Amino acid sequence: MNIQLISKEEENIVKAIIGGEIDAFTAPMLREKLETVQHMADLHAELEMSEVSYMDSTGLGVIVAFFKNVNANNGHVKLTGLSPRLKRLFDITGLGEIMDIETDDKGGSES
Amino acid sequence: MRPFDYVEIRVPAKPQYVGVARLTISGLASRVGFTYDEIEDLKIAASEAITNAVQHAYSEVDEGEVVVGCALYPDKMEIMVADHGKSFDFEETKKKVGPYHEQQEVQFLREGGLGLYLIETLMDEVKVHHQDGVTVFMTKYVGEEQVEENVETISS
Repeated sequence: MNIQLISKEEENIVKAIIGGEIDAFTAPMLREKLETVQHMADLHAELEMSEVSYMDSTGLGVIVAFFKNVNANNGHVKLTGLSPRLKRLFDITGLGEIMDIETDDKGGSES
Repeated sequence: MRPFDYVEIRVPAKPQYVGVARLTISGLASRVGFTYDEIEDLKIAASEAITNAVQHAYSEVDEGEVVVGCALYPDKMEIMVADHGKSFDFEETKKKVGPYHEQQEVQFLREGGLGLYLIETLMDEVKVHHQDGVTVFMTKYVGEEQVEENVETISS
């Protein structure tokens, strides 16, 4: 897994570009990174996930925790670039309805 | 001759080996003939069970092993995940596992967040056995739609 944080702190904007596999081994690293920004007030966070090739409940847990913390500080979290597989994971767990998610539909079908 | 091929994987109960076991299961599933989406489902379900075994089985000692037994049939794959590190007699253990009861599994479900829920949703049959640790037994059939109908299926 790799994660790159791009922040424009003066505008409370953080974009995290996440790629690779998020599982029991890598999720703690993701949590650690996201924890460095989640307490900023009025944060507008974007998690760009088009390069995420695998994710399970460990990753969902980290994202939900981040979502809760940012919301508690009047911020907003948006997930972008999700593959249909990844979007499905959010949908079957009911998180798809709660969170702001943009799927990766620019390329049409991905094989 | 038994009607299935059997592959057993033993990995140290450490998070860095969950992905290794997942990769193996992915390879086996592709041998059985599952579709891309089915293999992804199997990978998640198996990882959830293995992650649970890694995180709960050895919270005190970190020298345990997780055993993953995979039975490959022409039309299905059975995966057994045990957190007690002992090899199992696959057929014997299979007889002992029973349907789980929601209340009994609350801990399992809560701690992993959504782990057991995902296993249930992504696999066709799930059984849990509590004795000398936890054994999760799950089955997936080739070409069966397992996701509940109210869920929108996204095919790529």
